[in-house]
Amino acid sequence: MKKDRRDFLKLAGCAAVAGVGSSTAFRSLLSGEAEAAGLKRAGTSKAMEGTRLAMVIDIKKFHQHRGLAERCIRVCHSIHNVPDFGNPKDEIKWLWTENFENTFIKDTHRHQTQSLHGMPVLTLCNHCDNPPCVRACPTKATFKKDDGVVAMDYHRCIGCRFCMAACPYGARSFNWRDPRGTDEHGNPFIDELNPEYPARGIGVVEKCNFCTERLAVGQLPACVEEATDYEAMFFGDLNDPDSEVSRVLREEFTIVRRASLGTYPSVFYII
Amino acid sequence: MYGTGRIIPALIIFVGLMTFPIWYNGGKAQQPPELVLPTEYDECVRDTQFMRESHMVLLHEWRDDVLRKSGPRSGVTDRGLEYERSLQKGCMSCHYDKQNFCDQCHDYTAVVPDCWACHLEPTKEAI
Repeated sequence: MKKDRRDFLKLAGCAAVAGVGSSTAFRSLLSGEAEAAGLKRAGTSKAMEGTRLAMVIDIKKFHQHRGLAERCIRVCHSIHNVPDFGNPKDEIKWLWTENFENTFIKDTHRHQTQSLHGMPVLTLCNHCDNPPCVRACPTKATFKKDDGVVAMDYHRCIGCRFCMAACPYGARSFNWRDPRGTDEHGNPFIDELNPEYPARGIGVVEKCNFCTERLAVGQLPACVEEATDYEAMFFGDLNDPDSEVSRVLREEFTIVRRASLGTYPSVFYII
Repeated sequence: MYGTGRIIPALIIFVGLMTFPIWYNGGKAQQPPELVLPTEYDECVRDTQFMRESHMVLLHEWRDDVLRKSGPRSGVTDRGLEYERSLQKGCMSCHYDKQNFCDQCHDYTAVVPDCWACHLEPTKEAI
């Protein structure tokens, strides 16, 4: 049978349409199977089971009570032996403040009320439900605990800093220098060591641990305890409807940082 | 043989120097390290033989259990003594004399664990 070019093209076209239409790859794209491993789309509901510890921060209260944020930071950094290298490039931060417009970059707009502009917001590790740092860590040095805390085992950290690149909140710091060393004037980077908690070594990443060592003995996180009298921070189990965070989240309008990324932060802000 | 006068004495000196540690220490038994044990307690979290051989395994088990699996932070010995499952807060609360306990064996066996790169040694006040 002789085929001319026109017939051949018709046949090829039909075959291509049929092939694409029935291909499993195309269908799996449609049903969303081919999404990046483990990455849930923002807005999809999460299972409400087990404990999921969370924190609510009222930024107005911190604005009213000047110095409270600094006190929270000081108590956190002193009990966890967080070094102060005296230089922003090497800075180690578990708990720190950031301007409103930088904290909620992409969650706000430039016509926002001027009263919020430049307002310091207390920031820490968000202990995400879908933590990108945990996926990035090649040694499982950082992991998600049953209670929702994103914790670290510094023994396993090889200092690759993938987690720092993965974290969209800048909540992780790298020890470029020995935290228990001294500066050029002989002053130690950690003023006073807390003998109840270890320090870290040079070359590991560190971050807020939601005071998991305090929670284990029935205490609140140190920053929340410091802010208790001002009702500026709340802590509890998100899956327990009677917990304080659940009550506050029901009553107040709250936002999280970069909700569109689908990380499901456990730190909520009352604006 | 060419150069016998120099080679033979040189060989004797060489062999003598190489075997120096053997004949210098010959007949003397190597002294095992002497540990200073805590006086307050007469039992550890496990028996002495297990602790001598496998204390590092136990420490790793504690670490993984407490850190990753939210395991209990304290334990109880067979005789009912409660202890913290922690190097810094548990072990060192009794064995605070690190120089005469940990370091003795570690120096003797030439192992260099890096525990103290992060964990804090008991302070002078504790001793």
